[in-house]
Amino acid sequence: MAGVSRRGFLAGAAAAAAAATLGAPRVHAQKKGGTIRFIPHADLKVLDPVATTAYITRNHSYFIYDTLFGTDADLAIKPQMVAKYASSNKGLKWSFTLRDGLKFHDGAAVTAEDAVESLKRWAKKDPLGRLLAAHMAKIAPSDRKTFTLELSQPFGLVLDALGKPSSNVPFIMPARIAAASADEPIKETIGSGPFKFVKDEWQPGNQVVYVKNPDYVPRQEKPSGSTGGKVVNVDRVVWRYIPDHATANAALDAGEVDWWENPPLDFVPKIEANAALTTFVTDPRGTQGWIRPNHKHPPFNNKKARQALLYIVDQPKYLKAAIGVEKYYKPCPALFTCGGPFESAAGAPGKPDLDRARQLVKESGYDGRPVVVLDPSDIALTHGAALVTRELLSQIGFNVDLQAMDWSSVVARRAKKEPPQQGGWNMLFTWWIASDVINPAVHAGISGAGDGAWFGWPESGRIEELKVQWARATDRAKQKQLAEEIQKVAYDEVMYVPFGQWVLPTAHRKAVSGVLQFPAPLFWNVSIA
Amino acid sequence: MFPEILRRLVATIPVMGVVAIAVFALLHVTPGDPAVIIAGDYATSEDIAKIRAKLGLDQPFLTQVGIWLGRIVRGDLGTSIYSGLPVATLIGQRAEATIALTLFAMVISVSVAVPLGVLAAWKKGSLVDRAVMVFAVSGFSMPTFWLGFVLVYIFAVSFHWLPVQGFSPIERGFWPFLRHLILPAVTLSLVYMALIARMTRASMLGVLNEDYIRTAFAKGLAPRWVLVRHALKNASLPIVTIIGIGFALLIGGAVVTESVFALPGLGRLTVDAIIRRDYPVIQGVILVVSGVYVLINLVVDLLYVVLDPRIKY
Repeated sequence: MAGVSRRGFLAGAAAAAAAATLGAPRVHAQKKGGTIRFIPHADLKVLDPVATTAYITRNHSYFIYDTLFGTDADLAIKPQMVAKYASSNKGLKWSFTLRDGLKFHDGAAVTAEDAVESLKRWAKKDPLGRLLAAHMAKIAPSDRKTFTLELSQPFGLVLDALGKPSSNVPFIMPARIAAASADEPIKETIGSGPFKFVKDEWQPGNQVVYVKNPDYVPRQEKPSGSTGGKVVNVDRVVWRYIPDHATANAALDAGEVDWWENPPLDFVPKIEANAALTTFVTDPRGTQGWIRPNHKHPPFNNKKARQALLYIVDQPKYLKAAIGVEKYYKPCPALFTCGGPFESAAGAPGKPDLDRARQLVKESGYDGRPVVVLDPSDIALTHGAALVTRELLSQIGFNVDLQAMDWSSVVARRAKKEPPQQGGWNMLFTWWIASDVINPAVHAGISGAGDGAWFGWPESGRIEELKVQWARATDRAKQKQLAEEIQKVAYDEVMYVPFGQWVLPTAHRKAVSGVLQFPAPLFWNVSIA
Repeated sequence: MFPEILRRLVATIPVMGVVAIAVFALLHVTPGDPAVIIAGDYATSEDIAKIRAKLGLDQPFLTQVGIWLGRIVRGDLGTSIYSGLPVATLIGQRAEATIALTLFAMVISVSVAVPLGVLAAWKKGSLVDRAVMVFAVSGFSMPTFWLGFVLVYIFAVSFHWLPVQGFSPIERGFWPFLRHLILPAVTLSLVYMALIARMTRASMLGVLNEDYIRTAFAKGLAPRWVLVRHALKNASLPIVTIIGIGFALLIGGAVVTESVFALPGLGRLTVDAIIRRDYPVIQGVILVVSGVYVLINLVVDLLYVVLDPRIKY
């Protein structure tokens, strides 16, 4: 069995953070049967976990698919569908053997070929998958239950890739389905996970139904995150999509639903005051907010103009405007998140300094052209951040053109590389869950690939070089040092400006128990009285 | 009359065609691109271009219109860009809730508003008349979403008499079906009650001053008889017109009510589709709803003939 030394470090750091904030995962004596009625954060529209990065599709996929490896509550990667694995030749050759008894929902046994085809399809879309594929010489089944993966050069993230917890997750599906092009959404939803999807009862915009998979063979270990025994205690889970928050709150209050994934924070005090309800933070590392300048066009194609942004952001002010409830947010300078294994303040600016920011704007040679700021006014947290930013940008001498629009319009607009006067943009606001920014390999915002980078398109050869070094490093101290170096360069280049970190509680009836800590809501181990 | 019905039905085709093209054009000048939404955060420009090509969004506008109209003529409303489900299936899943809500709201509106309007006209200037008018003004002024939440708070959250949200199809039993509809239908009907009550009162006032009504009273007919058989029948044309318009408005008004009560109806389907720029769904629903509007107008016109034999087409 291969030693995964870096994991020990990850586990230690994260365990300390988690233990300090939230206590142990909820494993308990289980009650059997029943239906859980759940309000998801969004409507399930797309069923293919490779075709989209949407969290709602990821959450749906955790019901019906299984993964080769999982991530536990302390960020340790542990085998899930894999019974045993080994690496040889200095980590250049890996072998994975599947557990006994794994079956797809159509009754077919899960084979090594299914795993190989699923990984190939996933690696065409996911950034970490692409990185793995770029280091890979060969992946092929060696027998019905075993496959081997050969690397062409050292790559320190093989298990991190296979156990990636958030979008896109390398879920395993039958080879005949996974053989489809990654650009074509799959037509069938057959997994080997602990629940089955009831497609006939799926009504987009209204409900999604899952039933217990009686053929699922759970691992024997205690559940933690997406690792351990996925023991299903309920017969059925019904997602009811209720877009109106007041209605969702009333439904939870009246006992018509059992669990509300993401109540807005202004509803939380009312929920906490209800003796029948409780709240719980399922993802203690939470979410990070970003101000992303567009590096492609003036004024933020100038480093000094971008650096001015570092000196205007006072995270507590932003967090108060965007989140509001102090106990759920905290200022955090770490680009790889506070509470993560690569937490660091390296390169972060000191206190806000508007005079310094004004000076930098002058030095940048800003010519007074309008700065187009995209304001997704239908999303409270980014809308709040946009309003605060508009005011601060005006104070340091920028001529701000704040353009309010819905999130869908922002999503379309942000992809436009044209100058702002021709439909492009200068600044946008977004947020990412910690799992998606926790290290340099998964962090979309820290890329210097120019046109190939995430929207905003920064160019930095140094960042790209350091990221490759990081991915190839197998020594944890070296990785930590490289991550700090990457963060320093990212701050110097102002890839983006973080405006803080926050957690969102989930709310459920006290009759529901066994909810696990994880970035996605998981329904194994959960029971209802 | 049958040739007239046929002529009117045929005349709906160009109307629907204009609606279809206008909707298509409006959607394509609206900001937002489903290909970018589908492609997600890590997509490259090539990924987005591939999706656009697959969806046919890279074709010239007129080509896209032609392809879509060709499908419509064959009875194919298309497929949702996101879920991959046929638009006809999505509409079928949602139609029952909207039809049930609209019909129930209209039954409540008419059965409350017409008697109130008649009463207000008969007792013109009295306390009853003023009370009805206060009710009508309040009905117009009260936002639907606010009234919905107040009713939910009282009847669902506080007393637990009725459910907060959701819909129970009629095949699961009439009482659950009705229970889920009472609050949304009452909420939706209030503004139309006000509209119909005011129109009934105004129309009745015009008729009650006619000589034949005075004659009917002079003959000693019971007031109820005069009001219903003589006055209301002759005052009914504007009332039927406003009920027809109200029916059409109810379908639009159902959007807010469906959102407040989380009813899986056509209104929410449309709003969800607009948010995501799911063009085939938006186009399909609007086409179907515009068809319903045209048919309601036709039914109202035919009712004129039934109510007033002097009207000929």
